[in-house]
Amino acid sequence: MTKSIMIVGVGGQGSLLASTLLGKLLVTEGYDVKVSEVHGMSQRGGSVVTYVRYGDKVYSPIIDKGAADCIISFEKLEAARWVQYLKEDGVIITNTQQIDPMPVVTGATEYPAQILTELSEKVTVDALDALSLAEEAGSSRAVNIVLMGRLARQLDIPCEKWEEALRQVVKPKFIDINLKAFSLGYNYAE
Amino acid sequence: MKELLIGNAAVARGLYEAGVSVVSSYPGTPSTEITEMAAKYDEIYCEWAPNEKVAMEVAFGASVRGKRSACAMKHVGLNVAADPLFTLSYTGVNGGLVICVADDPGMHSSQNEQDSRHYAQAAKVPMLEPSDSKEALEFTKLAFELSEEYDTPVFIKMCTRVAHSQSIVETSDRVLPEDKPYVKNPAKYIMTPANATKRHPFVEERTKKLTAYAEQADINREEYADSDFGIITVGTCYQYVKEVFGDSVSVLKLGMINPMPVDRIRKFAEKVGKVYIVEELDGIIETHVKNLGIDCTGKELFSNIGELSQLTVATAFGMDMPEFKSVDTDVPGRPPVMCAGCPHRGMYYTLAKNKITVLGDIGCYTLGAAPPLCALDTTLCMGASVSGLHGFNKAGGKDTEGKTVCVIGDSTFMHSGITGLVNIAYNGSNSTVIILDNSITGMTGHQQNPTTGYNIKGDPAAKIDLETLCKAVGINRVRVVDPYNLAECDVALKEELAAEEPSVIISRRPCILLKNVKTKPSLIVSESKCKSCKMCLKLGCPAISMHEGKAHIDPTLCVGCGVCTQLCKFDAINEGGQC
Repeated sequence: MTKSIMIVGVGGQGSLLASTLLGKLLVTEGYDVKVSEVHGMSQRGGSVVTYVRYGDKVYSPIIDKGAADCIISFEKLEAARWVQYLKEDGVIITNTQQIDPMPVVTGATEYPAQILTELSEKVTVDALDALSLAEEAGSSRAVNIVLMGRLARQLDIPCEKWEEALRQVVKPKFIDINLKAFSLGYNYAE
Repeated sequence: MKELLIGNAAVARGLYEAGVSVVSSYPGTPSTEITEMAAKYDEIYCEWAPNEKVAMEVAFGASVRGKRSACAMKHVGLNVAADPLFTLSYTGVNGGLVICVADDPGMHSSQNEQDSRHYAQAAKVPMLEPSDSKEALEFTKLAFELSEEYDTPVFIKMCTRVAHSQSIVETSDRVLPEDKPYVKNPAKYIMTPANATKRHPFVEERTKKLTAYAEQADINREEYADSDFGIITVGTCYQYVKEVFGDSVSVLKLGMINPMPVDRIRKFAEKVGKVYIVEELDGIIETHVKNLGIDCTGKELFSNIGELSQLTVATAFGMDMPEFKSVDTDVPGRPPVMCAGCPHRGMYYTLAKNKITVLGDIGCYTLGAAPPLCALDTTLCMGASVSGLHGFNKAGGKDTEGKTVCVIGDSTFMHSGITGLVNIAYNGSNSTVIILDNSITGMTGHQQNPTTGYNIKGDPAAKIDLETLCKAVGINRVRVVDPYNLAECDVALKEELAAEEPSVIISRRPCILLKNVKTKPSLIVSESKCKSCKMCLKLGCPAISMHEGKAHIDPTLCVGCGVCTQLCKFDAINEGGQC
């Protein structure tokens, strides 16, 4: 059975490292894996999405509406933007951080303040302030690893394996911060 | 060894394993990583050429000398290289020559979604199309064998979903082909009419031989099942078909899209009965199948606009859409924006403020078209801003000369802006050209170019001096401004537009994302001084927004460029610690 995970966020938030980590881990676990992302224009502060699919045999690299088992969102508005891609019984893990898109900045429209509440009424949402947890771990840039720690709760892969994969994708001088970020995400309780 | 690689890295690995000696390319999404990854292998000479035509001609020269060579480009880059392509088909090769072209259905990062398969047919050049990274590696190696065996350049055709999707590949060692000496051969390599007349029949004969190859080649593959219909498909669409149907439907997967087999398709159609064609963009396979007199269904079911997916395949075959939830709230869009501290912003603000008509070009600076700057009037193709401005002013005369400019990046100017500038000088239009020199090829992810002083490996290289170059083609008025200095931009713009001769303004400051560019501490808004006039918002800087009625600068984004400080009439924006 193929599992489908989406990583969504704002260009520049570090989703590339998250998908690299996840891809490496799943290959090590012996799965067939496909990871798909779009480079280029969308990196410049725009909405970005990465598809990760794994199983015994994976064909398509992309995920369609109603097909994601889990969506990891680096920003709460992005969680709402991509919710249509979630399976009926899927889970959204989202950072509660708010990043205003340009139409909000220019005043053309407003940031929907109650978006998380509405989202929680519709689907299963696991929300956490990943930015604060990342700062607690030692770097605001570790938001991606906090969220990966949270994802680890959803997947049937032991934490030691995550740690091994993390050591492969993160430079040694940043490993302690990232291990702490992972642990804070994993152990976060409301 | 098993590795998870994006399709482009797999092509690069294929180039390495095939023993390629020379790779020359111009960056373009989604093709760029092919050459970037190839450059990591010290055994391959790699370079960024000024444009795709030059790149393909470099590959041609290396091939004639007897080495395996390649070039890579995006679909629209192939338009630029079309001139050498069509005659390269006639000359054929000495060392194998592979042209990697990456299409962008859905236009994730492109100005159109043309289908490169038309070029393979028009130029009579074989084209292989992988459906994942494993095939990208294998097909690339095969392409060199076919190139040498059939004396032809060979296309590897990628698309965004294959180029930028990671899947598992099996790597092996590099094998160097035997050295092919260069032997003078005018009848093959000098394409005068007398010689080309003799080469054209060779090309037609070659296509027949390649069609015979397609009839038995393993890269075209029948997967028969107990179904009352069959699907012919190619590339990433094969994956969508398999995702939907698994092994329950008969499939003819074409690994080679030009030339296509004839007998095999007839046989497949006879066996399966009803034939469906699943392909992205144009109905290339469908036309071929219909020309064989075989009834089939393709574009009636599948749009020739945008990408397909497993869902479009499933619904086309009458399956239900899956259930999904959505929010009732209108979710604001999040378009890409110019970065905080982007050096283009100051010049764009100046152009917008002065209500200048701006012919634009291809690059990060196309983002200046978006609100609130709305600074652009046209974007067509690489280099078209400069030549288009000349035409605009020739048509408009005095009406337009004093209030129209073009903007073009440093890399795009070297690609094909320079020829437009030669035209401005030679045919004398009173045009004002602005080169947005951020010292890098930005949008495609920071590639070096002839103006940066570094080569693809990051080693020092000859640096083309833009001022000298512009003067050399006959432009007398060439000046350099700092786009972080709004007053300087304003004066330069007004003076050059008023001048009675063509001029070039070089707006020079390196891309803020470059590693060697030092940023300053974030600026801070003094809430007591801020009068909420929103002047600073006119810059469209992602670091500036309104919070509780006052301007606010996001300290994680601001790089202290100081452009907003110059706009604030109330001195409310200051360096950290000053307010």
